[in-house]
Amino acid sequence: MPATEVQATTRPRSHSRKATLKTVLRYAFLTLGAFIVLFPVYMAVVNSLLEPSQIAHQPPPFFPTNPQWHTYPDAWKGGSLGIYLRNSAIQTAIIVAGQLVTSILAAYAFAFLDFPFKRAIFFAFLMTLMIPFEVTVATNLTTVTSLGWFNTFPGLTVPFLATGFGVFLLRQAFLQIPRDLKEAAQLDGYGHMRFLWSVAIPLARPAIAALGVFSFLGAWNQYLWPLLVTGNNNAVRTVQIGLKQLLNTQLDQINVSLAGTIIAIAPLVLLLIVFQKQLVRSLTAGAVK
Amino acid sequence: MAKVLFEGVSKRFGDVAAVDQLDLEIADGELLVLLGPSGCGKTTALRMVAGLEEVSDGSLSIGDDVVNDVDPKDRDVAMVFQSYALYPHMTVARNIEFPLRQQRMDAAERTAKVAEAAGTLGLGELLDRKPGQLSGGQRQRVALARAIVRDPKVFLMDEPLSNLDAKLRVQTRADIVSLQRRLGTTTIYVTHDQVEAMTMGHRIAVMQGGKLQQVAPPEELYERPANTFVAAFLGSPGMNLLEAERVGDKLITPAGEINVPEHLSAVLDGPVTLGIRPEGLHLSTSGLAGTILLVEMLGAETQVHCSLEGGATVVVRQGHDAQRPTLGDPVVVGVDAAALHAFGPDGTRVAGT
Ligand SMILES: Nc1ncnc2c1ncn2[C@@H]1O[C@H](COP(=O)(O)OP(=O)(O)OP(=O)(O)O)[C@@H](O)[C@H]1O
Ligand SMILES: [Mg+2]
Repeated sequence: MPATEVQATTRPRSHSRKATLKTVLRYAFLTLGAFIVLFPVYMAVVNSLLEPSQIAHQPPPFFPTNPQWHTYPDAWKGGSLGIYLRNSAIQTAIIVAGQLVTSILAAYAFAFLDFPFKRAIFFAFLMTLMIPFEVTVATNLTTVTSLGWFNTFPGLTVPFLATGFGVFLLRQAFLQIPRDLKEAAQLDGYGHMRFLWSVAIPLARPAIAALGVFSFLGAWNQYLWPLLVTGNNNAVRTVQIGLKQLLNTQLDQINVSLAGTIIAIAPLVLLLIVFQKQLVRSLTAGAVK
Repeated sequence: MAKVLFEGVSKRFGDVAAVDQLDLEIADGELLVLLGPSGCGKTTALRMVAGLEEVSDGSLSIGDDVVNDVDPKDRDVAMVFQSYALYPHMTVARNIEFPLRQQRMDAAERTAKVAEAAGTLGLGELLDRKPGQLSGGQRQRVALARAIVRDPKVFLMDEPLSNLDAKLRVQTRADIVSLQRRLGTTTIYVTHDQVEAMTMGHRIAVMQGGKLQQVAPPEELYERPANTFVAAFLGSPGMNLLEAERVGDKLITPAGEINVPEHLSAVLDGPVTLGIRPEGLHLSTSGLAGTILLVEMLGAETQVHCSLEGGATVVVRQGHDAQRPTLGDPVVVGVDAAALHAFGPDGTRVAGT
């Protein structure tokens, strides 16, 4: 190869070598992060498949050599997980639907309508974000019980049908929609509801999907409230409470409890996989623009 | 199809009168251009017709109905926004169809109308694209198609060409004019570009500070401006203005004297503001004294800016074969007195000229 050609190629190569190194480092870092996050989950899966005697073993086995697949059916039957999962699904569906509907409507009002005390009211909404849920638990419990909602789905869900966070998130998304679009639609005879349905919601879809995922996670993982408002019959008791019961009744069988846990988080994992794209998009939307 | 009538219409934002006592009639089928500098109230006037802005005072009619309190959707007007206001998540076809979906119209009829509007504007190939996949000019045409598809009484256009490059602007300007002539729909067209105004409008309404200055066909506006604002605003560059005083048969200016021309001799008396277009001036040996300030070669013509004695600046238009003067040289500007305009102390055109 002639010398000139060598010279011509060295520069870009050293450049690309630098870039490669950067990429390698970045991936190494991400891999490490993923490992740290996933390791406990992996260990839970492994332990759920071990024999009870192996669990306390030191050092712990990192691979189930003799997988005990029966722990899963055991957990399912022994913990009545079928009923609990159904209850959780109903509770979560009601809360997610409620939060989406109320947040969309309220956010639309804040973004597109003019009414007296708009700023003050919005500020009040924001303030609710700063009150920890625990502060309101006692009063909510009294209210719900006095309404006769103890151990019912309304009791489980009604306190969570509206969310300041959702209103805030969607208001931001709606504010990104140019006013001209609203006015153009108005001239074409579209009222608020039809504009909301055919323009505002489609354009705010990433934010709405993100809110849906957040409220799904929040509702599904609730512990304190369902514990307080559900009774001992299994009519509305949710899976998180069910897991705790499973743990209590199967003290000697941690593998079965862990199998129950894996079953309980499976819907979440599924959800994250399905909505991954929207979630990332909505979380980075502000950063890119 | 309908006329639009402003009767003493005002719009106030707090203390600011964005539109002040506007009286204006736009005839059925006319294309009227609202022209004026930034902030003069053009957009506000247009938005009042659309119903997007409430009328503070006066009466606004479309056709035979006063529409002050009529909802935008019941006014049957279509607007083309400067930003085009296309729905980014809908295809071109859906965008054009959007106004029709609101009306009770069956799908086949809708599709036919969309095809017709798209055909008129040469959008047939683009119906399945999203606005994000179109060029600026194409988006502009989609916005026009969406306006015409509904066959409204009035078109409102707010600087629809301002986001296009110069060449496309000339083309689209012609397209809009021929479309408007063909459809015969009453149109109010807002612009701050006088070339657009002169080439497009049946008549032009010039506004300044919320007030209507003059409304007239383009030639009349150019040849008989009603006041010094319109005189200086129209033309590129605008009319030269000179302070003078009539004494006997002379017009005395600080830079020299001009003989009173015949068409002004009966009406002038005392102090006057003289107006003269750049083409009414030439570099000469007798006339007004000054120095050359700036020479701008524009191809077919040259614009010579001269600073006259006494402080006034005038622009002289020369053909491209004239000899080009040198910067800083003393110069004498000759005046074609027959082309003089005269304005009174309040800036309005002297009556009878
Ligand atoms: N919503 C509003 N609130 C307060 N003042 C306003 C509002 N809209 C317009 N104005 C004021 O009214 C005046 C006229 O505005 P308008 O938008 O009609 O001007 P324009 O002639 O369209 O200008 P441009 O050529 O820059 O678009 C301006 O002084 C503007 O600041
Ligand atoms: Mg404007």
